[in-house]
Amino acid sequence: MKAPRFAYEKPQSLDAAIRLLADGGDGAKLIAGGQSLGPILNFRLAQPELLIDIRTLPELRTVRDEGDAVFLGAGTTHAAIEDGRVCDPTRGLLSAVARTIAYRAVRNRGTLGGSLAHADPAADWVNLMALLDAEIVARGPSGERRLHAAAFVRGPLTTDLAADEIITGVSVRKLSGRARWGQYKFNRKPGEFAEAIGGFVHDPELGMARALVGAIGDAPYVVADAMRLDEPAMHDAVSRAGFADGTYEHQIHFAALKRATAQARGA
Amino acid sequence: MTLSLSVNGTPVEAQVEPRTSLADALREHLMLTGTNVGCEHGVCGACTVLIDGAPARSCITLAVACDGADVRTIEGLDEDPVATALREAFAAEHALQCGYCTPGMLVTARDIVLRLPDAGEPRVREELAGNLCRCTGYVGIVRAILRVLAERKTAG
Repeated sequence: MKAPRFAYEKPQSLDAAIRLLADGGDGAKLIAGGQSLGPILNFRLAQPELLIDIRTLPELRTVRDEGDAVFLGAGTTHAAIEDGRVCDPTRGLLSAVARTIAYRAVRNRGTLGGSLAHADPAADWVNLMALLDAEIVARGPSGERRLHAAAFVRGPLTTDLAADEIITGVSVRKLSGRARWGQYKFNRKPGEFAEAIGGFVHDPELGMARALVGAIGDAPYVVADAMRLDEPAMHDAVSRAGFADGTYEHQIHFAALKRATAQARGA
Repeated sequence: MTLSLSVNGTPVEAQVEPRTSLADALREHLMLTGTNVGCEHGVCGACTVLIDGAPARSCITLAVACDGADVRTIEGLDEDPVATALREAFAAEHALQCGYCTPGMLVTARDIVLRLPDAGEPRVREELAGNLCRCTGYVGIVRAILRVLAERKTAG
């Protein structure tokens, strides 16, 4: 189908975009790469009155060193992360995950911030940023907020973001040289939304050991203290994430977590 | 809205609505019907074109978002050496039948050849996951891309 009619603005600054968003109320919607909103508009699932195009805003394209973390601007494309054109503070995890997001033609335009704001439970960044305990930086009329990625998603397609806030970027902690990570994603065809995502990160220098049961149709489930995550504990985590033992869903989420953990541990 | 962009190396202007996709702007306003529209939600890959040199879905990209961009469609790849080699390989390997997916396939294939010169069959298949073909299947298409990769390696 074709998208419904809407008005279109392309503000020249982040402040101007925030003003347009606040003034536009419920009828206004942000668009960056448009790789999630584009299909939704074509299906007419969303019928906004005004689209505010923030794709090229320089404020959202910045990447900066914050000392113990790296701030990646919301407008960073998946392809830029895949290609290593921006700094990867996780020693390759971001880049490995980026490569499996949708298809190259989508990764060339789709953005980090757009994917987070859309918050599809099966999408990669909402799950990975929760695993990494990253901070999502948002700005609205009353200033800037930093939100814990693990609590950012409230449910399917629903986030903690206020209606007049724009994600400006994500602050991702730098993993040390001793860090080990693993990530495994089940999908029936490369590039499709995941049926299950497992993740595991252990960084002894940061005192960080976290595990992820992701793509669960809801906010990602994170085990914040996964230092001694053995198989019974993985079973338990998948059950607590909402899948009854013995079901297909339990099995694939368990397998994804187990494979991610094995990858991290070099098994 | 007035849209100004470069299409296949020529500066053009078009009057489009904000809701007009790049695919529809190319086909309906600029009469460049080589770009095919399939699923219209970014899954089938038939509408893949180059925007500022990178493959993108023209069905889920708003035309107005391409103001000032450099767009290249299948019509603009006639003289491109990689696309030319791919067209010959597609013919030799029976990599097309009805041709509907072919413009998008060629744009994606060209990106694979240029970006991943060392790609083997598994990687080529993975990279092709975003372009659907319902006639020949993928055997011929994969073979055609591998042929061009091998030719370019031999040529150095």
